[in-house]
Amino acid sequence: MSFEPVILFFMLGLLAGVLRSDLKIPGVVYEALSIFLLLAIGMKGGVELARHSLLDLALPAAVVVGVALVIPLAAFRVLRVVGRLSQPDAASIAAHYGSVSVVTFAVASSYLASRALPADGYMTVFLALLELPALLVGVFLARRGQGAVRWKALLHEVLAGKSIVLLAGGLLIGWLAGPQGIQPLDRVFFDLFKGMLAFFLLEMGLVAAGRLADLRRAGPFLLIFAIGMPICAGLLGLLTARLLDFSVGNSILLATLYASASYIAAPAAMRIAVPEANPALSIGASLGVTFPFNLIAGIPLYHWLATYLKGALA
Amino acid sequence: MSPAVTLRKLVTIVCEADMESALLPELARVGARGYTITEARGQGARGVRDGAWRASSNIRIEVLCDAQVADALVDMLQARYYADFGMVVFVADVAVLRPAKF
Repeated sequence: MSFEPVILFFMLGLLAGVLRSDLKIPGVVYEALSIFLLLAIGMKGGVELARHSLLDLALPAAVVVGVALVIPLAAFRVLRVVGRLSQPDAASIAAHYGSVSVVTFAVASSYLASRALPADGYMTVFLALLELPALLVGVFLARRGQGAVRWKALLHEVLAGKSIVLLAGGLLIGWLAGPQGIQPLDRVFFDLFKGMLAFFLLEMGLVAAGRLADLRRAGPFLLIFAIGMPICAGLLGLLTARLLDFSVGNSILLATLYASASYIAAPAAMRIAVPEANPALSIGASLGVTFPFNLIAGIPLYHWLATYLKGALA
Repeated sequence: MSPAVTLRKLVTIVCEADMESALLPELARVGARGYTITEARGQGARGVRDGAWRASSNIRIEVLCDAQVADALVDMLQARYYADFGMVVFVADVAVLRPAKF
């Protein structure tokens, strides 16, 4: 198996974390890198989006978002019934898994690019659309039958949160500017993208190594869940992609979106809306296990499955 | 002590950075007229908070106020936040200039 070089940076970060190296990427650098990545991913999608009619996207978008709601609901049942987790913990983890990880999507896109598998830019629109609904489902599940929810504060936290603002803003800028207009910015936003992604993944490796220790205390169930859940959700994504007659590249991206678990927007939103849930469990599972799993094994697996399904169902 | 200074309370809150947006309106509600926030790192009951990313970042909020507001603030924090959030609060007597500001 040949690894994407960016994934090797993630592994270096993991290794440094496990070895307790004094390597530390300052919080401000992390913030700056995440702002860059969110904007660049949005702009890239927006430029591509200019080639399509927005109206044609409405139906697939509705299907993609609608089917995705199954993920937090199913995850909640499994966490409650099999994992015997408390209602707030199960709901918070379900919200993390229903929402999406922008960086996992970016790695999948670069995986496709290096294998010359084409994918459409409008997949970024689905990325932006899939972030919020699962968080609302998670809060609903946590609060069902008990107490009021501060929906306004939650909606503000997510919709005005930096990931939606930058992703949607980048999409809009790219869409308005078009391929010609964006050219002067190409060097900064597109040529440097992989290098910035490598830096970011180095940092995420360091952070993920720390989260893994939290999860070890929680026992084997969550560990199994954090690997089983993305595989099931990825399969759901591939089947949905078949239903919508997506190309192999788009199918892999949709599977990756369904399989990925949020670790930027969801933790902040859940901390505000479901404070009694233990963040060590949800972040430990999503960042400590699912994120590395998707990067290293998940994306190649969804690629293999997408190719297999294409042949089997053709 | 110089006659220009007056005693006030300094309430220091060390808490999760994620709480900032929820906490600030509450400060105003109990009567605090201002605050100062600094980024913070450290270790406590919830392990090491290293500030490497937002979910493991802390902030330190300092509020200068009179004794009445300090009591109201501490009571509110204890009632609403102590159970579910990582938070340390302590109160000290401090001498301030221009007491009317606080």
